[in-house]
Amino acid sequence: MGFEFNGKFYETDDDGYLTNLDDWNQEVANYIAQQEGIEMTESHWEVVNFLRDYYSEYKIAPMIKILIKEMKKMFGPEKGNNAYLYQLYPAGPALQACKIAGLPKPTGCV
Amino acid sequence: MAKLPKPEQLSKVEYKLPGKRWMNTPVEFKEGMYCNGTRPDYLETVDFPNPRKWAPSDEDWKLPENWKEIVLNGMKERLEKYRSFRLFMDICVRCGACADKCQFYLGTGDPKNMPVLRAELMRSVYRRYFTASGKMLGKLAGGRELTLDVLKEWWYYFYQCSECRRCSVFCPYGIDQAEITMIGREILNLLGLNTDWIAGPVANCYMKGNHLGLEPHTIKSNFEFMVDDIEEITGIKVEPSFNRKGAEILFVAPSGDMFGDPGTFTCMGYMMLFHELGLDYTWSTFASEGGNFGSFTSMEMGKRLNYKIYAEAKRLGVKWIIGGECGHMWRVVNQYMDTWNGPADFLEVPVSPITGTRFENAKSTKMVHIAEFTADLIKHGKLKLDPSRNDHLKVTFHDSCNTSRGMGILDEPRYIIKNVCNHFYEMPEDTIREKTFCCGSGSGLNAAENMELRMRGGFPRANAVKYVQQTHGVNMLANICAIDRAALPTLMNYWVPGVDVAGLHELVGNALVMKGEKERTQDLRLEDLPEKEGAENV
Repeated sequence: MGFEFNGKFYETDDDGYLTNLDDWNQEVANYIAQQEGIEMTESHWEVVNFLRDYYSEYKIAPMIKILIKEMKKMFGPEKGNNAYLYQLYPAGPALQACKIAGLPKPTGCV
Repeated sequence: MAKLPKPEQLSKVEYKLPGKRWMNTPVEFKEGMYCNGTRPDYLETVDFPNPRKWAPSDEDWKLPENWKEIVLNGMKERLEKYRSFRLFMDICVRCGACADKCQFYLGTGDPKNMPVLRAELMRSVYRRYFTASGKMLGKLAGGRELTLDVLKEWWYYFYQCSECRRCSVFCPYGIDQAEITMIGREILNLLGLNTDWIAGPVANCYMKGNHLGLEPHTIKSNFEFMVDDIEEITGIKVEPSFNRKGAEILFVAPSGDMFGDPGTFTCMGYMMLFHELGLDYTWSTFASEGGNFGSFTSMEMGKRLNYKIYAEAKRLGVKWIIGGECGHMWRVVNQYMDTWNGPADFLEVPVSPITGTRFENAKSTKMVHIAEFTADLIKHGKLKLDPSRNDHLKVTFHDSCNTSRGMGILDEPRYIIKNVCNHFYEMPEDTIREKTFCCGSGSGLNAAENMELRMRGGFPRANAVKYVQQTHGVNMLANICAIDRAALPTLMNYWVPGVDVAGLHELVGNALVMKGEKERTQDLRLEDLPEKEGAENV
């Protein structure tokens, strides 16, 4: 599985998540977002950037409640809540934002 | 990904006889009913054969040329090694008692999900190649050739069985269908035919100690969040330790409890309980997984992953082990560990340091289920509990397949719930205890791409929950399994909106009165407790 973008082939898993973390860049993130029906704004990037920073330190996407807590710390309570995140990413911040951030989805008892 | 039909559509299951005999009905791969095929690197990590990119929907599964020989040799080896397997291949009289006991048959109406027929998929090959009558008479004696279509059919249906063993409760011969599925999957793994959702956690557990692949600093960071939440709720700072040599007890939980809601609330409950007891225990970041996706792959892989827990117990020099709320962990510990890796002679027979109870039932594995441990504490009056803090919950209990049918943990969780909650209601008796229905996602079926299968397989369970929701207003489904905690919220949202899901020790944590705690205004989910009316329950 995969997709062509700007003349390059990007490999993905069967659900459209990038296989290679290093393939990710802002343009390809914008492209994935478009496919998901999302136009990336500064607010969208705040979430994606946090996810990528967290991933680079902890090698896994954060739990939603950690995302919320950290968003609250960084940007205040109006951005650190579930409703706000779902407004940005209607299919769920865990799945949709991680896909755009180029992170693999976690597996196991989750 | 396949679009999930609406509940109104999915609940219309057709149970009609197929027009053709089953052997003449080729397998059809329906989207939403099966998992993705495994990525090659997961197999490479554990030295499993035939790693390559493949998809179940592909015509060409990229099998080795001699795949048939590998399968038949694999069967032969296992028929010689496991008397149970040979017995289960031989003794079925096709009485059909199991047919309508499987939640996957009930939810799909597909006759090949009748346990008798699922087993027949393999028995027919057994007869053709391993019995005298089948070798001579072939189809007349119920035998059939092993073809690529048959292999694909095995794959499709052995990954539509959750190894729950409900059918075996009703089988007059006690045929354990789960063991047939397990052997089936084991043989498929000889050709690299695992799923992504199972092989991934196996590789992660093998390399990093847990299914999710949490590294030590990630685990610690997550615990810090939970510890902060506990402090916010109780005013008490609990101090869990990690990899501490010389601790009396090693505690092992499913990693889902460390990293996914509502498991984390259960995890907070464990920590609060142990803190209150002053228990000399440690977590491990190496043996950081109670569950065993290896056992969904092969006996050998199950053994390799189970061994890590005991190697760590030995390295840390603990006396014994407590295990958390997990399903397959206990199927493995209670039914396989002793022959795989036991007896754990280097550990001591578990004795509760609080009550003095000696857990004779765990004298070989040295591992006590936390429900046994906590029920014993309550029985001896060692915990101060305020069940009214769970008064906003009307609770029912879902017996996990593995802990109920695999180890007989039936009364302990109920005893605990009745002591920590004032409102407890049982689901109908044919759907609980030994006869419990599966969540529909067990044995590694809890992926996203097979959602229709999960919702269909979970339909009978959901139906029973709906019954107590309608008759008693139940709004909380308690359980002692991390797959349940991961899978049941989705199932409830789909079939029974308004019912939430909690681990047993989340309810314990809510009710536990801790020394020096502040007045509780929030439950473990940081949600406000309802105002108390009167004090009669306190």
